[in-house]
Amino acid sequence: MSTPTSHSSIPNPTPSDESLEPNLQVGKRRSWKKLLEPLALLAPGGIWLGLLLLLPTLLIFELSLVPNIRPGDVVNPSGLKNYLLVFQPIYLQVVWRSVYFAFGTTLVCLLLGFPVAYWIGQMAPQRWRNLLLLGFVLPLWTSSLLRSYAWITILRPTGVVNTILTSLKLPALDLLNQSAAVFIGMGYSYLPYMVLILYASIEKLDKRLLEASADLGAYPMQSFWKVTVPQTMPGIAAGSLLVFINTLGDFVDPELLGGASSMTISRLIYNQFLGATQNWGFGSSLSMVLILAVSIAIALLIKYGDRTPQR
Amino acid sequence: MSVTSLQKQSYPQTSAELDVELHKVFKVFNGETAVRGVDLNINRGEFFSILGPSGCGKTTILRLMAGFESPSAGEVLIQGQSMNHVPPYKRPVNTVFQSYALFNHLNVWENIAFGLRIKKLLSSELEYRVKEALKLVKMEAYTNRFPAQLSGGQQQRVALARALVNRPAVVLLDEPLGALDLKLRKEMQVELSNLHQNLGLTFVMVTHDQEEALSLSDRIAVMRTGKIEQIGTPTEIYERPRTAFVADFIGDTNLFKARKESYDASSLQIVTSTGMKMIVQPPEAGDMGQEVIVSIRPEKIQLSLYQPPMAVNCFEGRLQHVMYLGTHVHYVVELITGDRLTVMQPNTHGHLPDPHTPIYAHWAATDCLALKE
Repeated sequence: MSTPTSHSSIPNPTPSDESLEPNLQVGKRRSWKKLLEPLALLAPGGIWLGLLLLLPTLLIFELSLVPNIRPGDVVNPSGLKNYLLVFQPIYLQVVWRSVYFAFGTTLVCLLLGFPVAYWIGQMAPQRWRNLLLLGFVLPLWTSSLLRSYAWITILRPTGVVNTILTSLKLPALDLLNQSAAVFIGMGYSYLPYMVLILYASIEKLDKRLLEASADLGAYPMQSFWKVTVPQTMPGIAAGSLLVFINTLGDFVDPELLGGASSMTISRLIYNQFLGATQNWGFGSSLSMVLILAVSIAIALLIKYGDRTPQR
Repeated sequence: MSVTSLQKQSYPQTSAELDVELHKVFKVFNGETAVRGVDLNINRGEFFSILGPSGCGKTTILRLMAGFESPSAGEVLIQGQSMNHVPPYKRPVNTVFQSYALFNHLNVWENIAFGLRIKKLLSSELEYRVKEALKLVKMEAYTNRFPAQLSGGQQQRVALARALVNRPAVVLLDEPLGALDLKLRKEMQVELSNLHQNLGLTFVMVTHDQEEALSLSDRIAVMRTGKIEQIGTPTEIYERPRTAFVADFIGDTNLFKARKESYDASSLQIVTSTGMKMIVQPPEAGDMGQEVIVSIRPEKIQLSLYQPPMAVNCFEGRLQHVMYLGTHVHYVVELITGDRLTVMQPNTHGHLPDPHTPIYAHWAATDCLALKE
């Protein structure tokens, strides 16, 4: 099975083109071409990323070093005071809650998404697979705000769920304005991404390996943990990371569904820039912390997420 | 007569001595019958091959034994126990898969240890047995390699070790050498044969390579369109094929449609559709009707430039092709009746006759078999 992001541990020596080039003159022209080609290919994207990602990030880093800066103030970096603020219990709680929401949503997506992706990728008839996937992606075509409001209608005390429950003479549930509603709403939004990425991995799973595993005495559950999970690990890792990063930065669903005590790190950052607080320095330092956390997650994924050598 | 042989006589071929039995097994896939009423008895310690062209149902039979398929009708028994409702992970068999199906996320050591870890063996016992298996297939130096870093032959060895380390009652081999090049295949054939002799396990191999089946097996079952045509030792299958299909599939042969002329206890005279009169070996079992097929192996045919005295089954013809194959020479003879004969002669003369040379082809009545269609 070939995996797109895997790192083959076999050294693959490629002879340098110069040594194989009989004609020096042609060789020289070739080496110029060799230098220019990648530059020409990289330039558009590189400039885009440099101007719109790297530069703003550096500007935010500069801002994060200025305490109590407001719009219009002179930027005058003076230390890490803003970063110390992040570690105050009240803000640490916000960071922790964001991670909790993101982690929980990732778990919900993984648990709901894996069986679906497995069914589509391994068991559904080949000709239905694309259609089934399309069906799963359909919710992404609506606005995320719309989806959140739809969930409010469903979950609120007089909403769809409770109307059904009371009509069945069952006690009503208080679903809105708590973590459960956040997990439901965000899980719903990000499940399609998870299914798509898992599907790509699961579809490539070699069924003969499961037969081999059963042949060697593994019960279906043992085969799942010892073969299916390791074989689809690239998809599990990539899907989880994508959902985790996105939910960590999402504040629409927590804000609308989670109620008063659902302040997340993104909402806190928003407040520092556009809300009442107007502390750009603190907002920038929070952003840097968020960027750092995500970078670490990606680095861990690259290092440990996929250790399957290519076949 | 010794005591053991007496004991063996008092228990003739009971289930206790059979490792695999198939009783009237049928398998239907989406309306297509892959296996039609197969009966098989495989003895303990035997190297048994199932041979046939692709699509004859031989792999399905192996999968029925392994438990990846369940019979539509009939029964599969392993060591006297019915396996019909036993899943693969509870059967005392291990498979060497055609494509090896090695776990590419595990290294060689872990691939081989897989089955033992499932059984939760003590680590000392596990280590001992994996080392033993590695030694058996001469792969001790590669324990830390991943399957992707191994050659086809090495992967084959790991697949073998992964099955053998579990000490199964029966080892199932699905075209085990199919993916290897000719030279490596010959090497592995010898090793497979050695392994079988040293371990004393029952091997059931599926193959389409008749040479492989002949050289390795104690007994062979030849299959055709879901049915078994003949079961026998390699010599029986080759020397005494029961049907024209078996004669044609195992080795090369010359086949003629013929009709019975006269019949007595020791010989049978027939006449082919082109008018060749031959004296042939009568069939072992009973009446087979007026229409027969006659099979003559190319290496049993003698060629001579002059008419041999007192030869039976002698026919005049002309050399059409002479193909030099090193150890052998392959001739195509066109007889005056219009029939073509393929003849294989060992290369002993050095001087080869030219094409179009008039020639006499003759063979003994015992080398000429009358077969059912």
